[in-house]
Amino acid sequence: MMLEVKNVSVEVSGRLILQGVDMHIRKGEVVVLFGPNGSGKSTLLKTIMGFEGYKVISGEILLGETRIDGLPVEERVKLGLGLMYQHPPQVRGVKLAQIAGRLSGNAGLIKEMSERLSLSSHLSRDINMGFSGGEMKRSELFQLILQDPGLLLLDEPESGVDLENISVMGKVLDGYLKEEGKSALIITHTGYILDYINARKGCVMIDGKMWCVGRPKEIFENIRERGYDKCMGCDDRAQSAR
Amino acid sequence: MIEHNRQDNLEGRDRDTIVSTGMDFSEKERSGSFLQQDSGLMFARSLSDGLEIMEIKEALEKDPEAAGYFGANFRSTGRDFDRETEGGYFIRVKRGHTIEFPVQACLFLKQQGFRQKVHNLIVVEEGAKAYIITGCSASHSASEGMHMGISEFFVHNGAYLNFTMIHSWQESVSVKPVSIASVGEEAVFISNYVCLKPVRDITMYPTALLHGRKARTSFNSIILSHPGSLQDVGSRVALQAEETQAEIISRAVSLGGKVVARGHIKAAARNVKGHLECRGLILPEQGSIYAIPEMETDYRDVDLSHEAAIGRINKDEIEYLRCRGLSPREAQSLIVRGFMDVGVLGLPDKLKAEIEELENSTLKAGL
Ligand SMILES: Nc1ncnc2c1ncn2[C@@H]1O[C@H](COP(=O)(O)OP(=O)(O)O)[C@@H](O)[C@H]1O
Ligand SMILES: [Mg+2]
Repeated sequence: MMLEVKNVSVEVSGRLILQGVDMHIRKGEVVVLFGPNGSGKSTLLKTIMGFEGYKVISGEILLGETRIDGLPVEERVKLGLGLMYQHPPQVRGVKLAQIAGRLSGNAGLIKEMSERLSLSSHLSRDINMGFSGGEMKRSELFQLILQDPGLLLLDEPESGVDLENISVMGKVLDGYLKEEGKSALIITHTGYILDYINARKGCVMIDGKMWCVGRPKEIFENIRERGYDKCMGCDDRAQSAR
Repeated sequence: MIEHNRQDNLEGRDRDTIVSTGMDFSEKERSGSFLQQDSGLMFARSLSDGLEIMEIKEALEKDPEAAGYFGANFRSTGRDFDRETEGGYFIRVKRGHTIEFPVQACLFLKQQGFRQKVHNLIVVEEGAKAYIITGCSASHSASEGMHMGISEFFVHNGAYLNFTMIHSWQESVSVKPVSIASVGEEAVFISNYVCLKPVRDITMYPTALLHGRKARTSFNSIILSHPGSLQDVGSRVALQAEETQAEIISRAVSLGGKVVARGHIKAAARNVKGHLECRGLILPEQGSIYAIPEMETDYRDVDLSHEAAIGRINKDEIEYLRCRGLSPREAQSLIVRGFMDVGVLGLPDKLKAEIEELENSTLKAGL
């Protein structure tokens, strides 16, 4: 088992956001997370990553054998977690190239990836300063590939990206995930990314609770046709934990 | 290369301090050098055609033109100045000459309790171009010292001057530079100020008068403020002719000290442009930064603006870098270094790299 989230409840600014969430990701598995706006998807990723202010009030999170809730963010990174932000901040004064150089000693890879993701001219710019929405997402994926984590947490990787670039990103991501043993948890609204990656498991989060688990494309079709209300009527809830 | 017998009077530690203000004793990539200790001249010489560099006293004695410059910027602004000065440099770049390598000058405070008072004149004649890097610093032995420096700049029509001042004082020294620049038609005056070491207090408010059409100036300062230091640093520009432009940029990082970042741009002619930008970071809880950007105009057809942002480092930025595997300390240091970017100083690559190096070594020790 790569990642195990066991009965985790999370408070943010004194408000209970996640309630008894269970989920797991096996080594080599790609899991897709659906859910309406504000249901707590990003909160789950930030909690797994260990962001300040995301307080685990019950339950535990395991990465492999190691219990990680309570560890500082950078320790979790060392253990193989990597996050692609939904809304990354601008970091004035820090160049994309500086971070790229710290993430990977492989200049050839940096060059190749920056070219594939059309970021060559962004390397000399401050991170995310004046980047378009799509450029930010590409820069996030770029950094993540260089970081080379075992488990990728992708928060809406394709939101705000044009179709052509979704295809570029999808292929880069798929290539990476095909490497041996890489796992991922991917949040998607549009579902576009499903066309590029091989994901066998999907789950739905509503109001801070995990609802059903199934095949991602089927779940996505259902949501598209009937909305999330149907999910809530689904009697699968009990099963979702396992 | 400055002869060893000239350097012999300098103790190793003093030498290091002087080097930390940008002095390169090898003079390999310098066009001229000047060094004064307390009130005594150590050396002055030009290595380049079209560049004169000497002690002010000598210039005033032998050159009536130099004497004409002395105090001229004060007279033209109706301000008074302290006449009881001893020493200082006279630097003149002759008409049409481009001085390739930077000119270096340093005023060094050595004796305990010494009150150093200098008057400098910098003249860049029509169409000439030069980079000057000047250091002011104090020996470890110079506690309770004081430095008062008057500088007058004359940047004539079509000339270009990039003047970078690096201060490297110590905890018990007080510093009060006074400077006025007059900038002629289509001339460019860039004035950079870098202060990374502790000091007791610094008060300075250099002024530039842009009296020629299309004159341009920028004042850039990079300040690191240590606990116990008070740095009250600003610049003032009067846009007196049409189509003149000014930019005042300051970056201050408080490690616990107090910084007052002032800036004042006055539009006294039509079609002028001015911009003030002040950014400040406070690292520990007890630091303080006071940003005072001021603008005024007597005309409607002007373009004046300012932006200021002060406070702590955004914690989201730290968290972001931690997500890329950096420790909070590494993240902070990376952001602070980027914040104090010497790229704003408009320096040639070599000089930029030198100042970056000074900054890196100071920050490594300071953060
Ligand atoms: N810092 C915060 N303080 C208070 N409430 C927050 C904070 N961050 C998120 N929330 C709330 O938590 C809920 C879940 O947010 P989020 O995890 O971002 O949803 P999703 O990613 O599914 O759209 C929302 O109601 C949101 O308003
Ligand atoms: Mg979200």
